[in-house]
Amino acid sequence: MKYIDEFQDPELARRLLDDIHATATRPWALMEVCGGQTHTIIRHGIDQLLPDTVELIHGPGCPVCVTPLEVIDKALEIAARPDVIFCSFGDMLRVPGTDRDLFRVRSEGGDVRVVYSPLDALKIARQNPDREVVFFGIGFETTAPPNAMTVYQARKHRIPNFSLLVSHVRVPPAIEAIMTSPSCRVQAFLAAGHVCSVMGMDEYPALAERFRVPIVVTGFEPLDLLEGIRRTVRQLERGEHTVDNAYPRAVRAGGNPAARAMLDDVFEVTDRAWRGIGTIPDSGWRLSARYRDFDAEHRFSVENIATREPAACRSGEVLQGQIKPHQCEAFGTTCTPRTPLGATMVSSEGACAAYYLYRRLGVTPTKLEASPVA
Amino acid sequence: MCLAVPGKVVDIEERDGTRMATVDFGGVVKEVCLEYVPDLAVGEYAIVHVGFALQRLDEESARQTLALFEELGLLQEEFGDPWEAAAAEAGTVPGPAVKDEAQEAQR
Ligand code: SF4
Repeated sequence: MKYIDEFQDPELARRLLDDIHATATRPWALMEVCGGQTHTIIRHGIDQLLPDTVELIHGPGCPVCVTPLEVIDKALEIAARPDVIFCSFGDMLRVPGTDRDLFRVRSEGGDVRVVYSPLDALKIARQNPDREVVFFGIGFETTAPPNAMTVYQARKHRIPNFSLLVSHVRVPPAIEAIMTSPSCRVQAFLAAGHVCSVMGMDEYPALAERFRVPIVVTGFEPLDLLEGIRRTVRQLERGEHTVDNAYPRAVRAGGNPAARAMLDDVFEVTDRAWRGIGTIPDSGWRLSARYRDFDAEHRFSVENIATREPAACRSGEVLQGQIKPHQCEAFGTTCTPRTPLGATMVSSEGACAAYYLYRRLGVTPTKLEASPVA
Repeated sequence: MCLAVPGKVVDIEERDGTRMATVDFGGVVKEVCLEYVPDLAVGEYAIVHVGFALQRLDEESARQTLALFEELGLLQEEFGDPWEAAAAEAGTVPGPAVKDEAQEAQR
């Protein structure tokens, strides 16, 4: 497949790795923001092919993982109502709420449906005018424009039985929260490429300057990650801290203006709680006043819900890069993808799930011997 | 779900006032909304996420990026570690043993 195969080429990967090995002379800690990047890194063993001095810290960029427990519980309550068809992306099904998950709600008679696109949920609303259709609108800046377009169309075409349960999050405030945390070890960021496909790069120079960290916009194939790492290490070694675009085939400086305009219309910035981390100011979006009628929280009055996280789960520390998943005592014992204690063990972009899938057996490629893209 | 993947536009049509495309993801075909990249043409590639094209994939940038990687290798051969280069040619890896011998020989 074009734009995938060429960016997995083992020979070019070796050249990039050689260059990183030749460049890195001191210890550096880089954070990859996006869970999709964590997945590629662990799957291809990229972290183990890097020089020992270059550490990758996995960031909080898994939307499934950071959706607050309180919102999951709201989703479960709405989904259990007999008048509701609850539509969601598939990887939310097994995310544990306080005492159950969406999968369980479905087995208990709830009408929970998995859709590929939010537009599919709108179609279901059109086809079922006598039912309430709720879409679970989670995700970062990448997923917010599709959800925004769907609400926009529901309003335009007057589809009153559609609503959105919104829990959108934004990357730049999370970077700020990580950098101002007292235990922060992060010295540079690989910014999430597809977030920047939408938002462009305008928000990053101020962060790079304020915290004196290189921020390199990075893609998702193995060569994209190696190139992001290579450029970051180069900046670190030279004492630079600029915003750089290592993913130009999919990221323009201004992002996608049409999508940004739609976001400004449909959403407004709000404080948002991140699961395991806590509330980060201005880190999320909610529906703007014009679209409030389509807000499922208001429609179903689920505003007041008390929640409790399992004590054993250390996903908050995992999400902030303070521990690696296998350092959690529950990892692979009481917590597995079949019996997840935390959301980071559920989603394929969650760090715990990635480690469970690819690291549990202790298969570790030796440096330069194994191709990173076997 | 966060994953966005490249796909090739094979067909475009207006549906209920919305610009939609049929997009091929290496054999898997899906309906994709083009409202955010309305000038995308048949035969072009885009980054697609949950049924929406979010950005056109730029052929020229992709080509330049790959060319840069190729060049890296050449510089490496010019200035790089000759042991690694020789080992790569021989299809083996310069393990610590090789390096130790080399250091031994220098003493
Ligand atoms: S391994 Fe399970 S319990 Fe431990 S942090 Fe990850 S999700 Fe939580």
